[in-house]
Amino acid sequence: MIAVYIIVGIVVVLLIVFAVIYNRLVRLRNQVKNAWAQIDVQLKRRYDLIPNLVETVKGYMKHERETLEAVTKARNLAQQLSSSGAGARAKVEGELSSALARLLAVVERYPDLKANQNFLALQEELTSTENKISFSRQFYNDSVLRYNNQTQMFPSNVVAGVTGFKASEFFEVPQAEERKAPTVSFT
Amino acid sequence: MAGMGLLLLLIGYFLGLYFFDSGIGGLLIALAVWAVMNLVAFFRGDNILLALSRARKISRDDHPRLYNVVEEMKIASGLEKMPDIYIIDDPALNAFATGRDPNRAAVAITSGLLQKLSRDELQGVIGHEIAHIKNRDVLLMAISAVLLGTIVILAWYATRIMFFSGMAGGRRSSSSGGGSGQIIILVVAIVLIVLAPIMAQLIYFAVSRKREYLADASSALYTRYPEGLASALEKLGASTSQLKSANKATAPMYIINPFRKKGMSASNLTSTHPPISERIHILRSMAGGASFADYDQAYQQLHKMGRGIVPASAMTTGAIGLRAAVSEVTEKEPDEIQRARETSDLLWRRSGYKTITCDCGAKLRVPPRFKASSISCPHCGRVHQA
Repeated sequence: MIAVYIIVGIVVVLLIVFAVIYNRLVRLRNQVKNAWAQIDVQLKRRYDLIPNLVETVKGYMKHERETLEAVTKARNLAQQLSSSGAGARAKVEGELSSALARLLAVVERYPDLKANQNFLALQEELTSTENKISFSRQFYNDSVLRYNNQTQMFPSNVVAGVTGFKASEFFEVPQAEERKAPTVSFT
Repeated sequence: MAGMGLLLLLIGYFLGLYFFDSGIGGLLIALAVWAVMNLVAFFRGDNILLALSRARKISRDDHPRLYNVVEEMKIASGLEKMPDIYIIDDPALNAFATGRDPNRAAVAITSGLLQKLSRDELQGVIGHEIAHIKNRDVLLMAISAVLLGTIVILAWYATRIMFFSGMAGGRRSSSSGGGSGQIIILVVAIVLIVLAPIMAQLIYFAVSRKREYLADASSALYTRYPEGLASALEKLGASTSQLKSANKATAPMYIINPFRKKGMSASNLTSTHPPISERIHILRSMAGGASFADYDQAYQQLHKMGRGIVPASAMTTGAIGLRAAVSEVTEKEPDEIQRARETSDLLWRRSGYKTITCDCGAKLRVPPRFKASSISCPHCGRVHQA
């Protein structure tokens, strides 16, 4: 009789442990999803801002056609790939960031532009959006790290394996891009 | 926290033992007083605090940069809801956070601080305030403050009652037969009445200081740029003007102690905040990275003690790198004069004034009670529609 009680007790404890770990995994996975949505919001905001920016600076920058075209091209490419995975997306978004950084660097040569209220407001929005992208990326990667640790460490990896939790992909911007674009700090 | 709760229970128990022969009765009274005060603080606390400091709520259009910086820190911390932003019209340099849970939070900043700080520094300060919200310090400090208040009030009333009933001829000695037990209880009660408020205060200050360190560490982690907060603290420390609307109860909510005096000693037990120089020093010695572990290491280097300041449960694995300053790579930041103009524009607008920029460069401020349909520029004479 006692043996039965002990076995039932062990099974109950195991079930509780299983449920706790399962719930934690769900919570972490949801956090990763939310963090990803956050990045998405900011990247979309950047797609919206760029046509405005190009429109505003075009009149001032007669000699920067190539720089402007590079920004527009990078933006359109990034928007086309906006439904792909984290790894592929990080690459095109990194290219867009560096194209933008080059554009904002040449602005220094146009004092008239720097006095334009409309441009200053846009520049603040763009700077902040770049920051928000890197902060949401930062939070996303932290969430992924926590979630992946849980899916790989014992004993939660057993629960993850049985119930089908898979490790998530980090949002890494290629190192070379980072060096080319000092204004955008993806750390 | 637990220490303060224990003190409250002890003082309640012995007062009850002394006054009504029942420790449990006193305990219940102490808990009831505490519960009522907590409810008040819980439901009205943030409004009371914001009203006390005469803070005014601003929207995105009022100050886009401040709004953006708060949003950036909200994203970096993973906070779910955007906190409200308030401005306090005061030249003193300070900022605070409030709100009982992370979804109903607010950050407030003085106009003086807003115009003094560069973007990186503002980010550091807002990161510190958001960390208070994220770490639920507002709730923790509110509960501790109420606990402290309850202990002080109980002790105060107890001394009055004891004093007057003592004058009335020793009511206690006749009813329960007296004896040495009665005297011991009396002595313990008196000692507690004297010591409890002092000890509660010391515990309260210690909790407050610890949470400040943690908020600094979190700010460095969110911004990945401890130098921003360090140089902001430097500016805060250099100014000596005191915040008019602060009071003792709201002090721990601010980024620096609003009552600090010059040359406060390094290990002040009765301070809500660690010394600014020490906070700057720790932030600046975070050479390796921006993680909690790096902050903890810097803290231990300074204190030469075995114990760190960040709870082990909050530590994460993996190194976290630092980033470069924004102002180092781009020189497009508004300077202090521009920032001062922005802030005064904001304050005028908040008080209902309309601003008209004339073509000659002058700015006309139209008061809310101005009734005429047009107004001429006093500088060049152009006529504007009001």
